[in-house]
Amino acid sequence: MKKYILQSLRLTLVLMVLLCVIYPLVVAFAGGFSKGNGGGEKISRNGKVVGYALIGQSFTKPEYFWGRPSANGYNAAGSGGSNKGPSNPDYLKEVSNRIDTLLKYNPSLKKVDIPADMVTASGSGLDPNISQQGAYIQIKRIAAYRKIDERTIAELVVKNTQGPLFGLFGPSSINVLKLNLALDELKK
Amino acid sequence: MNTELLGIVATYLLTLVIAIPLGKYLAKVFAGEKVWTDFLKPIESLIYKLSGINAKEEMNWKQHMKALLTINLVWLVYGFFVLMYQDKLPLNPDGNPGMTPDLSFNTIISFVVNCNLQHYSGETGVTYLTQHFVLMFLQFVSCATGIAAAVVLFKAFRDKTTTKLGNFWEFFVKSITRLLLPLSLVMAIILAFNGSPTSYEGKDQFISVQGDTVNVSRGPAAGFIAIKHLGTNGGGWFGANSSHPLENPNYITNSVELIAQVIIPIAMVIAFGIFIRRKRLGWMIFGVMTIGMLLLLIPTISSELGGNPAIAKMGISQATGAMEGKEVRFGPAITGYWSTVTTIISTGSVNSMHDSGMPLTGLWQLLGMMINSFYGGCGVGILNYFIYLIIAVFISGLMVGRTPEFLGHKVEAREVKIAAIITLLSPFLILAGTAIASYVFTNHGEAVWAVQPKNWLNNPGFHGFSEMLYEMTSSNANNGSGFEGLGDNNVFWNVATGFVLLLGRFLPIIGPVAIAGLLASKKYIPESVGTLKTDTLTFSLMTFAVIIVLNALSYFPALALGPLAEYFTMLK
Repeated sequence: MKKYILQSLRLTLVLMVLLCVIYPLVVAFAGGFSKGNGGGEKISRNGKVVGYALIGQSFTKPEYFWGRPSANGYNAAGSGGSNKGPSNPDYLKEVSNRIDTLLKYNPSLKKVDIPADMVTASGSGLDPNISQQGAYIQIKRIAAYRKIDERTIAELVVKNTQGPLFGLFGPSSINVLKLNLALDELKK
Repeated sequence: MNTELLGIVATYLLTLVIAIPLGKYLAKVFAGEKVWTDFLKPIESLIYKLSGINAKEEMNWKQHMKALLTINLVWLVYGFFVLMYQDKLPLNPDGNPGMTPDLSFNTIISFVVNCNLQHYSGETGVTYLTQHFVLMFLQFVSCATGIAAAVVLFKAFRDKTTTKLGNFWEFFVKSITRLLLPLSLVMAIILAFNGSPTSYEGKDQFISVQGDTVNVSRGPAAGFIAIKHLGTNGGGWFGANSSHPLENPNYITNSVELIAQVIIPIAMVIAFGIFIRRKRLGWMIFGVMTIGMLLLLIPTISSELGGNPAIAKMGISQATGAMEGKEVRFGPAITGYWSTVTTIISTGSVNSMHDSGMPLTGLWQLLGMMINSFYGGCGVGILNYFIYLIIAVFISGLMVGRTPEFLGHKVEAREVKIAAIITLLSPFLILAGTAIASYVFTNHGEAVWAVQPKNWLNNPGFHGFSEMLYEMTSSNANNGSGFEGLGDNNVFWNVATGFVLLLGRFLPIIGPVAIAGLLASKKYIPESVGTLKTDTLTFSLMTFAVIIVLNALSYFPALALGPLAEYFTMLK
């Protein structure tokens, strides 16, 4: 028994050097060559960081494309979803309110055109994307607020759509931050 | 076929393309045959030398278990204290606090037993030191523990009669040097180049486009995420686990993480067949497991793609499926696939919030964890399946009126008793645990704990019951996923699930290894016409029936009260 304890202690120490020091340092070294040098890819405008490419941020002003509802208010230091069950009455009320908000800000919008992702919260609370349909239903509103031609904005949406992987696998999505930055560019 | 379903098919096929050769490789590694990674031998010799280990020393099954339990105990004690005092230790750039004793108790057990149930949140509950030196360390070694235990079982059936079952330390160290570490390294670098952070910098702050101040948690996560999946651990670096955009940046990483968690469990099954020189048996087991997986997967995907009927009633189309708790970049289809894979295999990482899934999805997730051997966790999957095999051999023996035999050894009272106890253990822990929790919730709602029992549940009604059932099931299966709405960071859940985790880990390891050790020491009976062959289609079907009947009998009432009741209420 004593032999096993001693061997266990020594083996634990040796493996710790390998797995907790050498391994992560090698990964950190390799990660240094990635975009964002291992600290996460940032997006800057006029030399100022305005966000992380992968992390969604809150857009509430009517002249911007909105992202998905977030259970944690896009808090990137405390991720998480709503964890509301599908039959929870409070939750269903919340979804119904979100539909009303969308209808109020987009008067010409029909309920049936609202995609599920625009009225449900994401798993992380930081979803950077919306669906293509989620962007389309906002074009009219944004065009009106910005006084830009609808077609120009629609083209921008198409340009910012990330199709399925290799055109074959998975859904299409749109990065809301990148789309909105492109939108701001249009004005100039 | 649409692109979302095509993604699932491609991911699964790629899994097989990697897992099958990996199985062949593992069989050779553990048999000590020549393989291309033999250039690592000097490193292994150095590890043995520094640890005072003689890797040539043969052990019997009891010595194996003693070694296994001793080193696990060392990790338990070490981690418990480090987690409690992490605030006083270095590598804590975000200034996170130490854990309370009950949370530390739960967390350390959870990581030692390869479960990774997390009652804390990664951003605020741990430091970079504990993430690496406690949690990630345990993700490697707990997985290696499971694999080593499975190899002991392999050894028992390779030779005709033997008590010498190889050296535990050798199996354990080789699992790390020849399998987990190299694969993790490759995967971590793939993740890093897709956007997962690797540097030790602390929180960042920026002003968003609309002018909000935003803090961003980061840290050296890529290496952690790699072993979290390869080792079927599942604990997230961030609170939202693999739904977090830094933990799972895009569709590619999603597929990589999906593939990583399945390859070793499948490879172990293939390796088992090759190692004991009965390839056909290995493939039969693989077949049963795959059919089981598909039977859980197909209804899961169909229920998620169908969307939430209550939201449909509001007039929303949900063309792509249910989206609550899911991420747009993955979509509901492959998210459904993930939820099946992560529950049949004891990973428990999530890329969506299971609490928000459709009622029937919850049902299939629970069943996957209850059965816990459709592929199953690293090493332990095949150990769990072995128990079902023994029960199937026993029942078949009774049916045809012969002494049951398994691979040339008589299965007698002692072995069947062990198998029966292990089989009964899961329903006992899950159902008794859920019953006690329900009792406390209804009768002691005002208890002064960090979260009062009356506030435990995030959802009312049947779904609330499912939250408690899921937590106990996940603990017993050493899975680690959760219906995370449950307010679980308080003394009741931390201690209760702590014990369930311990029992649900070590007894189902010791039981099968003991049976294998006992069988191997018995006289070998050559096969004759009267032998019950275990590698036939008929026997595989029998095993499958045993799995279904045992689990249906054990869990139907509880499942009827939770997800089934919720499903039928929503139909109204």
